[in-house]
Amino acid sequence: MSYIDNILFAVLLAVGFGYFISNVKKLIRNIKLGQDVDRSDNKKERWANMARIALGQSKMVRRPIAGILHIIVYVGFVIINIELLEIIIDGLFGTHRVFAFMGTAYNILIGSFEILAFLVLVAVITFLVRRNIIKLKRFIHSDLKGWPKSDANYILYFEIVMMSLFLLMNASDLALQHRGAPHFIEAGSFPISQFITPMFSGVGTDTLIILERVFWWMHIIGILTFMNYLYYSKHLHILLAFPNTYFADLNPLGKFNNLESVTKEVKLMMDPNADPFAAPPADADAAPAKFGASDVQDLNWVQLLNAYTCTECGRCTSSCPANLTGKKLSPRKIMMDTRDRAEEVGRNIDANKGVFVPDNKTLLNDYITAEELWACTSCNACVEECPVNISPLSIIMDMRRYLVMEQSAAPMSLNAMMTNVENNGAPWQYSQQDRLNWKNEN
Amino acid sequence: MSEVLSVPTMAEMLAQGKQPEVLFWVGCAGSFDDRAKKITKAFVRILNRADVSFAVLGTEESCTGDPAKRAGNEFLFQMQAMMNIEVLNAYEAKKIVTACPHCFNTLKNEYPELGGTYEVVHHTQFLKSLLDEGRLTIEGGQFKGKRITFHDPCYLGRANKIYEAPRELIQKLDVELVEMKRSKANGLCCGAGGAQMFKDAEPGNKEVNIERTDDALETAPQIIAAGCPFCNTMLTDGVKHKEKEAEIKVMDVAELIANAKDL
Repeated sequence: MSYIDNILFAVLLAVGFGYFISNVKKLIRNIKLGQDVDRSDNKKERWANMARIALGQSKMVRRPIAGILHIIVYVGFVIINIELLEIIIDGLFGTHRVFAFMGTAYNILIGSFEILAFLVLVAVITFLVRRNIIKLKRFIHSDLKGWPKSDANYILYFEIVMMSLFLLMNASDLALQHRGAPHFIEAGSFPISQFITPMFSGVGTDTLIILERVFWWMHIIGILTFMNYLYYSKHLHILLAFPNTYFADLNPLGKFNNLESVTKEVKLMMDPNADPFAAPPADADAAPAKFGASDVQDLNWVQLLNAYTCTECGRCTSSCPANLTGKKLSPRKIMMDTRDRAEEVGRNIDANKGVFVPDNKTLLNDYITAEELWACTSCNACVEECPVNISPLSIIMDMRRYLVMEQSAAPMSLNAMMTNVENNGAPWQYSQQDRLNWKNEN
Repeated sequence: MSEVLSVPTMAEMLAQGKQPEVLFWVGCAGSFDDRAKKITKAFVRILNRADVSFAVLGTEESCTGDPAKRAGNEFLFQMQAMMNIEVLNAYEAKKIVTACPHCFNTLKNEYPELGGTYEVVHHTQFLKSLLDEGRLTIEGGQFKGKRITFHDPCYLGRANKIYEAPRELIQKLDVELVEMKRSKANGLCCGAGGAQMFKDAEPGNKEVNIERTDDALETAPQIIAAGCPFCNTMLTDGVKHKEKEAEIKVMDVAELIANAKDL
């Protein structure tokens, strides 16, 4: 008769993971909308970066309060999910605390889960206070108006519920263990939930069994729900931080990529033997290269991965010289816009049987304005700050390239500077012949 | 004051069948900007004093293309780069020193893929190596005991992780080196980078150089040291804006060293 439970559990699990996998596929498809870029080099350094920055959280602790609290939540998340394995086995096979045979090790494990769960609760409540009561500047910034602000709070509320359910489940289990209820074997240590257990003293054993089951089921349903919420949330970073730090650019921050398509043309222009009237080469079947980026498909897949990884913490924006001085540019918004547009393009593809139908919109103008792009000083503060090595600067640069090379839409004064560089080899109107005059001036 | 600077060009060197130890890339600011020319000369005085065999390209030098690239004009950048690389390669340049972090970054990081691979150092790194090799001595002189704060240029610091060379040089002057609240990897831009030097700022509530000057003034310095001609301009303007130019000087690290030696 209890098979119904197990079947129900199996179905729940299948639906939960099934939907998750379908969203992951969508996610990968959307990221692959981007242009190809080779990041298969330096595997050793890449693994090391991932271990240090994503796993080791090395960049988080630059801001110690947020960093340490985040590490608690992160370790709590990773460790408590070990419990998930037991829950799945128990659910599928009708066992209870199947790992209890491990004895002392099991007690230590459950005990540490409990302590972590408690610490996570403290951290998450602190985060809520920082966002909603202390109102730290980067959390009440206009970038986060609407859904992003709610999203951040939902995640925190959700974690409170999950941790509470975990502790309540253990507390009721412990009460049942004390009463020697059948099935509830004595296992685990409960340093935190033992203080909740007395709450159940007046509850009848049958009711308590039902309560324990309710907490257990809600806990697993909660986990599956949360897992499926990720795709719609900034919380996706818990998964993508790892590939993102692995695939991040390894060059010095000051090195901007040289566009190969431009190199070809410039070489041709400078080659005295090139025949200006020659027919285009045979491989010209490829669409003529577009210089720079006006939409997500022009960016590369690492930039789109960056966008999906961004958890909107705003450390970039809080260190951006343009934003600090009241300009419209916010590196965080660049990443959020890029993700929103990638999502929009993805939905368009879904709605049109797998093909993108032009919607008269682009990342440039409809999401990110030229004013934002021109405010950037390319100082790399945002890239340096990002705890998971996202580069808003690379997107800004690619979009500037589009503005300048495809639309000739640079600010007037920059056009003047570029004309000078072109004509006299300096950004100002001085003759190249006067370059050494300083030597004899006093 | 009549001063005789020895500034050979690569062409002159070649005519004598000589190859200098290092090519000094002066850069556009160092060649044309009145304030930056003083930095150029200070650096040359030190090179002369230390008997360094160097040469400049002179009229054969052209913009590295950095401001064009940061503005988004990859075409113009690569044209400049390839022309410069042709010249540099024709002279078989091996080692380049420059007092401009923008030239430094571009030559060092962006030229190799286009065919120009050189050992590129910033002038603070070069001076540091002269010091280490015993070819240059630095004593405090007029700066002894002065309070100096150093502003990290983005393209030297964050972009290329060079934080210590300029600081070590400054400390040799027996001064009190004080750090701003935002320094090294957390340093705040002066506002000139990314081709901002050549345009007006977008609407906002403050200029970036004023924000940065405030950081510097918080340390109550007598001198703000810089390692970039553009940062120098921005901070000099910031200090003037605060009407502090009588008390606080903005100086390049090379000027500090040259002046300390009364060069």
